[in-house]
Amino acid sequence: MEEAASAAFFVFLSRQRHVNNMKQIADFKLIAKEDYGRSVLLRLQSERSLPDIVPGQFVQVRVDGSPSTYLRRPISIHDVDFQQNEISLLVQQVGEGTRHLASAKVGDVLNMVLPLGNGFTLPEKCEKVLLVGGGIGIAPLYYFAKVLVEKGIQPTLLLGGRTENDLIRLADYQKFGETHVTTEDGSLGEKGFVTMHSIWQKQCFDKIYVCGPKPMMKAVAKIAAEKDVWCEVSLENLMACGLGACLCCVEDTVDGHVCVCKEGPVFNIRRLKW
Amino acid sequence: MVNMTIDLGRGLVLRNPVMTASGTFGYGEEYTDFVDLSQLGGIIVKGTTLHPREGNPYPRMAETASGMLNCVGLQNKGVQYFIDTIYPRIKDFDTNVLLNLSGSCLDDYVKGAEMVDSLDKIPAIELNVSCPNVKQGGMAFGVTCAGISQVVSEVRKVYHKHLMVKLSPNVTNIAEIALAAETAGADSVSLINTLMGMAIDAEKRKPKLSVITGGLSGACVKPVALRMVWQVAKAVKIPVVGLGGISNATDAVEFMLAGASAIEIGTANFIDPAVSVKVVEGMKEYCERHSFEKVSDLIGGLEI
Repeated sequence: MEEAASAAFFVFLSRQRHVNNMKQIADFKLIAKEDYGRSVLLRLQSERSLPDIVPGQFVQVRVDGSPSTYLRRPISIHDVDFQQNEISLLVQQVGEGTRHLASAKVGDVLNMVLPLGNGFTLPEKCEKVLLVGGGIGIAPLYYFAKVLVEKGIQPTLLLGGRTENDLIRLADYQKFGETHVTTEDGSLGEKGFVTMHSIWQKQCFDKIYVCGPKPMMKAVAKIAAEKDVWCEVSLENLMACGLGACLCCVEDTVDGHVCVCKEGPVFNIRRLKW
Repeated sequence: MVNMTIDLGRGLVLRNPVMTASGTFGYGEEYTDFVDLSQLGGIIVKGTTLHPREGNPYPRMAETASGMLNCVGLQNKGVQYFIDTIYPRIKDFDTNVLLNLSGSCLDDYVKGAEMVDSLDKIPAIELNVSCPNVKQGGMAFGVTCAGISQVVSEVRKVYHKHLMVKLSPNVTNIAEIALAAETAGADSVSLINTLMGMAIDAEKRKPKLSVITGGLSGACVKPVALRMVWQVAKAVKIPVVGLGGISNATDAVEFMLAGASAIEIGTANFIDPAVSVKVVEGMKEYCERHSFEKVSDLIGGLEI
């Protein structure tokens, strides 16, 4: 028993990279790009070794060459490959800034500040976990699901979109665990919103993690509160600095106005005044 | 080797002319992964009021062409919290730490200044009489000569260290206001605070900011700031600290040439968290290239 524990600890140690929790400003080269219509997947590689990154954290990308875009754009981290110093971002084209980012070509360099904010709280090994993603909100759940599986936890996923086209990389998500789908037009999975999915009647969970549009997160938070289930949501308020300095991205919480960029973007729903 | 030192008077000596502007650099702690604070002339920490303030509701920010609007509304936990909790964490930073002090009424300014006067490691306050985002006080004191005269002279009575007064650009004649601050006992003036502005979402037919109007900052305000610094520097004898859209060393040099003795970097910290140290290096390089032995030789060096 003791030997097994120490062996496990040794494996843990050998897998641990040198602790590097400093934030960086670094140039990343776009090495691959996949087009998903309204969204693109950008695979970016740095010449520097990556800092530690936990699921739910985000980057601030500088948008070069777009006169109408002055500030960086906060984008959640979709996937990380520490061996290759690689980060993937799933960028949905919402306005001029994200349209410009999505038009980047392989070989282009993007400057990023990372990693920012606090990630999701990792569950205990024995807990039953549900990850709920809506629209582009599925992006950070990829890296989260991957890390959970690495830790021996198999999550259940519930992903929703307007149409099947919103469910980007669905086959890849399905590898991580039982995956349920809703679409508003019924083109894939159950028709309707994630909150209407039959899974809520069939299964119980110890922890629920949500990322998506605010109305969707509020609706899931309401279900979680009614069932008295622990629940974290990832917010995306408009922000400028991403570092907790400008105080623009505040959310109303039981502790008053707090910065989503620094104290979030992940919050336990009990802390929010929803 | 260029001498980068700037003496702003009454004990406020800067290692170099570059400071970071209030509200854009937190308490310095937020930036230590990117910036060696000992390379800066100073940092001016977040606007603080006597009593805690929750600030305005969200949304507080709107991006504009080459700039941004904000209506944060001086969210802060009050002077006492600053003294008890924040000051012990930042007092040993190897740079000048200035406190930006704001208020809703005269008494708030005076009491706040009195409390901060005894903090050994705070060599100066920047008196904020120019915040456009609070209903009472704030900018109200900064837009008339009588108002600024009153608040500066009352604070002067209780505050014994360097008193910098941050001016609003939302006035008809900023030189008159600066002169009133000087006469009332200010050791220096810093300008400009943000320009009042507004943004509308045409699709929703709604304002983009929760309180409709906000303060404009960023590269877009630089020409206005530069002009005002030039006007004020001609009008007063005390040092002028220039800010407004400074994004690189060239911008900083322009402000010095217009008459600023030092500069502050604000919104640019959001785009490049390491910009402040780059500006210091760039100013040094400029002085070397133009054979200035001291950076202070740039002050008012505009050739007309």
